[in-house]
Amino acid sequence: MSHHGFGPDLAEVFGPSQQDGGPELVQLLTPEGERVHHPEFDRDFSAEELRGFYRDMVLTRRIDTEATALQRHGELGIWAQLLGQEAAQIGAGRALRPQDYVFPTYREHGVAYCRGVDPLNLLGLFRGVDHGAWNPNDNNFGLYTIVIGAQALHATGYAMGIQRDGDVGTGDPDRDAAVIAHFGDGASSQGDVNEAFIFAASYNAPVVFFCQNNQWAISEPIERQSRIPLYQRALGFGFPGVRVDGNDVLATYAVTQAALQRARDGQGPTFVEAYTYRMGAHTTTDDPTRYRLSDDVENWKLKDPIARLAAYLRRNGLAEDAFIDALKVEADELGHYLREGCKALKDPEALSMFDHVYAEETDEIAAQREGYAKYLASFEGSHA
Amino acid sequence: MSTTKITLAKGLNMGLRKAMEDDPKVLIMGEDVGKLGGVFRITDGLQKDFGEDRVIDSPLAESGIVGTAVGMALRGYRPVVEIQFDGFVYPAYDQIVCQVAKMSYRSKGRSKMPMVIRIPFGGGIGAVEHHSESPEAQFAHTPGLKVVACSNPVDGYWMIQQAIASDDPVIFLEPKRQYHADKAELDESATPDPLFTSRVVRAGTDATVLAYGPTVKTALKAAEAAATEGKSLEVIDLRTLSPLDMGPVFESVRRTGHAIITHEAHVNLGMGAEVSARIAEECFYSLEAPVLRVGGFDIPYPASRIEEDYLPDLDRVLDAVDRSLDF
Ligand SMILES: Cc1ncc(C[n+]2csc(CCOP(=O)(O)OP(=O)(O)O)c2C)c(N)n1
Repeated sequence: MSHHGFGPDLAEVFGPSQQDGGPELVQLLTPEGERVHHPEFDRDFSAEELRGFYRDMVLTRRIDTEATALQRHGELGIWAQLLGQEAAQIGAGRALRPQDYVFPTYREHGVAYCRGVDPLNLLGLFRGVDHGAWNPNDNNFGLYTIVIGAQALHATGYAMGIQRDGDVGTGDPDRDAAVIAHFGDGASSQGDVNEAFIFAASYNAPVVFFCQNNQWAISEPIERQSRIPLYQRALGFGFPGVRVDGNDVLATYAVTQAALQRARDGQGPTFVEAYTYRMGAHTTTDDPTRYRLSDDVENWKLKDPIARLAAYLRRNGLAEDAFIDALKVEADELGHYLREGCKALKDPEALSMFDHVYAEETDEIAAQREGYAKYLASFEGSHA
Repeated sequence: MSTTKITLAKGLNMGLRKAMEDDPKVLIMGEDVGKLGGVFRITDGLQKDFGEDRVIDSPLAESGIVGTAVGMALRGYRPVVEIQFDGFVYPAYDQIVCQVAKMSYRSKGRSKMPMVIRIPFGGGIGAVEHHSESPEAQFAHTPGLKVVACSNPVDGYWMIQQAIASDDPVIFLEPKRQYHADKAELDESATPDPLFTSRVVRAGTDATVLAYGPTVKTALKAAEAAATEGKSLEVIDLRTLSPLDMGPVFESVRRTGHAIITHEAHVNLGMGAEVSARIAEECFYSLEAPVLRVGGFDIPYPASRIEEDYLPDLDRVLDAVDRSLDF
C-alpha cells in the first residue's frame, strides 16, 4: 500500500513497507534494548563506552530541545531539529579519529558535539549573527552546508587531497585519515551527490558517505527520492553500501567505524545508510501534520534511540542512580549555558559585513565600507 | 465590480489556479508544492483540486526539475516550476542558461519554451544564508530569458497568468518578504496592463525613483516621506527587467531631470547599471544630475541580524534623492 498516495503501488514492487528497515538492517541493539549479534559488524563494548554513548545522546538531545525552545522564544530565527537522530549522529561522530574530517549538512549537532565544537557556536547561524562561528580546522568539522548535497563533493575532493598527501594506507593509526560526508535521503537526489559518488569511486577516495535516511525531505517521502533501498545505490556506483539501524548507536558506531577504517586503509569509499526517522518537524517553520501520518510517528517513538540504550544499561546494571543523577545535572547545566549564552550572542557590527568578502580586499569594498560608515555617522545626533 | 482583498501569496495562488483551469496543459512542478502547498503555501490546495499529475511533487533536485520541465515543454505542456528559495536556483542554473534560454534560438523557433520559473527572491525575512539572494541580473543578462518581478498582490494575480500564457521562458521573481505583508483589492474583471511593461505607481514632478519587486514599497514610502518635506517624487515600478520597458522611464526623467534607481541586489553590474546607462543615452540633455543607484553592497548577503544595513531602506533612498536634487 502506498500510504503517501501517489505512484504505482510500492508494495507490489518491494513487498510490504518495511518500517523496520528490512532483513538487511545491521542491528546490535533491538528497540527493546536486547543485545543481538551480527556476523560482520559485531564487537564488544565496555561499560564505559556504553555509558559514554548514553551520555552523548542525552546531551545531544538536550542541545536540540534547548535550541528548539530558544527558537520558540524568538531567540533563534529557525532551528533544524535532530530529535530521533541522536544515535545515528553519535554513532558516526564517535567512530571518527581526530585527523578525520567531517563535512556536515545543517542538522549535525550531535556530530559537532562529538568533534568538540562548542554547542553555543551552532546557534549563531540560526540566530542570524553569523554564517558559522567555529573554525572548521580547529576540530576538522566543516561549516554547516545549507545548499543540499554540495558538501558531498567537497568531502570527496578533500579525501582526494588526503590521498595525495599519502595519508592513507600507511598502517599508522595516527596518520591514516578518512573523510565523512553527511547528508539526508533527499540529498541523494541531487546531481552533486551522485557526481560525488562517481568521483569517489573512480579515484578510490577515502570518503564515507553517511546518509541519515530519516524518511522525509520536508514533505517529500523517501519514495519520492528512490525506488530502491538507498544503500543499494552504492553498488551501481561501484562501492559497498550498508544499511544500519540509525536508532541503534552501537550498530551505527560499528558500521561507521568499519567504513572509516576501510577508507583509511586505502580501500576507498563506502555508503552508509543510517535508517532512522525524523521525529520532529523538518525545521521549526515546518508543519508536518499537513503531509504525514501520526501513526508513523507513534510507531517510531517505540524505537527511540535513547530509551533503548537506557533499557539495556538498566537491565545490565550499568546505569546506577549516581550516573543518571550526575548526567541530569550535567544536562541541566548545558541547558542553562545554552540559554544564557544564546541571549548574550551579540549582533555583529554593521560595518563587519564588509569583512572577509575576499582574502585580499579590493579598493571597491574598502570604499563601500568607508562610504557606509560616513553615511551611518551622518545620523549620529540627528536620530538619537 | 466585485473585489476581494488579497495578499500577494493569495494573488499568486489564485492566478495559478485560474491558469490551470483555463489551460489543461499547465503543470506545476517543484519540491513540496503538492501536499504541503509549497514552503510559502503559494500552491496551497492546487494538488488537491488538480491532481498529482498536474501538481507534481518532485525529487530534491533543481537541475532535474528544470531539465524535466524542458522535456515537458517540448511535449506541449506549460510547466510552472517553483524554486523553493532563490539560493537554490543555482543547481538548475546550467539548465536555465544553457538549455531553457537557447531552445527557441537553436531550433530556429521550432521548439518553444513556454516555461515559468518562479523564484521567491530578496531579503528581509531574517533567514539563514542562501535564503536571501537577489539573482535577477544573472538571468536578465542571459539572452533568451524574460525576467519579471511583481511587487503587489494584484500584479501577482495577473502577471503569473500572463507569464504562463507567454510562449517564452519567464523567470518570475516574487518578493518573498511581501508574500503576506499587505492586502490589496483585486477586481478579477479588470483588464490588466500587458506583462512586459513598466508602470508609474505614483505621480510626481521633482525626481523619478525606479524600483521593482520588494523595493517598490520602499520607494513609495520614501515618496510619502519626501512629500512631507515638499518634494514630489514620481515612482515607477519597472515590473519587467528583461525586456526593459524604458518608455515611461524616459518620459518621466525628461520631465523631472532626476533619476534614482533602487534594488536589493548588489550595485555592481546590477539592474541599476543597465537602467542608468540607458537613461544617460536617451535623456542626457534632460538630466540635471547623474543617475544614482541605491542597492545592496558588493558583498554576499550578511547574517540576517545586520541584513537591514545591507538592504536599501527609505533613508538611503531619501539620501540619494537629496544628493540628486542638490547636485
Ligand atoms: C539545493 C537545495 N534545494 C532546496 C533546499 C531547501 N531544503 C532545505 S532542507 C530540504 C530537505 C532536505 O531533506 P534531506 O536531504 O532528506 O535532509 P533532512 O533535512 O531530512 O535531514 C530542502 C528541500 C536546499 N536547502 N537546497
